Amino acid sequence: MAGGEELMLLGKWPSPFVTRVQIALGLKGLSYEYVKQDLKNKSELLLTSNPVHKKIPVLIHNGKPICDSSIIVQYIDEAFPDSGAAFLPLDPYDRAVARFWTAYIDDKFVPASAQAFMGKTEEEKAEGTKNLVTAVETLEGAFGSDAEGKKKPFFGGDTVGIADIALGAMISRVRASEVLTGFKIFDAEKAPLLAAWAERFAELDAAKKVLPDVDGVVEFAKMRLAEAAAASGN
Amino acid sequence: MAGKDDVKVLGVVVSPFAIRVRIALNMKGVSYEYMEEDLTNKSELLLSSNPIHKKVPVLIHGGKPICESLVIVQYVDEVFPGAAVLPSDPYDRAVARFWAAYVDDKMFPPMVAFLLAVTEEERAAKAEETLAAMAQLEKAFGECSGGKPFFGGDSIGYVDLALGSNLQWLETSYQMFGVALLDAVKTPLLTAWAKRFVEADAAKGVVPDTALAVEFCKKLRAR
Repeated sequence: MAGGEELMLLGKWPSPFVTRVQIALGLKGLSYEYVKQDLKNKSELLLTSNPVHKKIPVLIHNGKPICDSSIIVQYIDEAFPDSGAAFLPLDPYDRAVARFWTAYIDDKFVPASAQAFMGKTEEEKAEGTKNLVTAVETLEGAFGSDAEGKKKPFFGGDTVGIADIALGAMISRVRASEVLTGFKIFDAEKAPLLAAWAERFAELDAAKKVLPDVDGVVEFAKMRLAEAAAASGN
Repeated sequence: MAGKDDVKVLGVVVSPFAIRVRIALNMKGVSYEYMEEDLTNKSELLLSSNPIHKKVPVLIHGGKPICESLVIVQYVDEVFPGAAVLPSDPYDRAVARFWAAYVDDKMFPPMVAFLLAVTEEERAAKAEETLAAMAQLEKAFGECSGGKPFFGGDSIGYVDLALGSNLQWLETSYQMFGVALLDAVKTPLLTAWAKRFVEADAAKGVVPDTALAVEFCKKLRAR
């Protein structure tokens, strides 16, 4: 890494949005300082770095903050073009496809998985689960094929791309909700490509190092559910 | 006759998402065939080009569809030569993406909710939310423009497209409900910017007359 490059990541375990950034930094072989945040007592640094949303992750590069996990991942790719494989292909059409799937993951998969799990009523949760099943079926169709028709290992093709990072960082949360609800999301029978992709992604060094451990996320989720129940007076 | 370079846009004349794509194409001097969609009776072409979302806009370039307005704008920027929509510096690009996302995630939803609101209370609440977003965007304009005419500097950029494509709806809020969501007193910089935006060559004829938007809104409210 070039001398004089200072990278700081404001984050909190087990946020999958923070994990996205950690994976991206890991794939590029970049060192950074991780600064744990307390979201119930937000730091001056967080409030000044992300005054608009006051959320994590925030990446601070040489003192300049970048916010929003998908924007940060693209920033890392563009600011460090000589470190590791690019997260986006060269061809503009293929780039548009990758961005489409990343937007799909953010706009459809993430909210559906949150609602399926943390929905306030059984109806809300059921709707979330329905949307999640649709999202999974749709994403199953997102894998490209090579000239011989063999499926590519990642959304990004032969190497990890922005869509892989966007969804891959969710793996611990997905596994934890599978444990808690008994409902298989990356179901090897219903979504074999996605199930295989999840195994493959979780084995990557850059992912293994930072994906939160599933048992820990299960406990964290139980705590969040209990807090939500208490807050709503149930 | 479809050529490998033919450009088609499927859109709705009042849709900010379609408008921004068309302005981007104009900025690049790209001629395209525009097809107006009736969202209550979607064309076969729309349904087959955007099977996942079935939404406009869709750009079809040489027969290949690209969906999602900001994805399309970035594609147009990367494929066609001419004025750059996104800046070249990675940090500036991240800032532009941030504010474009802010327009779509924080300004557009309450604005639409305002226009479709059934009760006075809901309308008031959504007006407040939209005005709060506009106040943030006023600050952002100051920061991004650096004293220049547009968010993008000397010429229209990514954030200009994202916000400027909503101007007919901001005007509709005033014409239909007497509420100025783009308020000359509260957001003077944006008010001046809006005039410049609609007069820009690339935007002329694409940002529709407010009358069209009012009619569209009335139809939606009636449903």
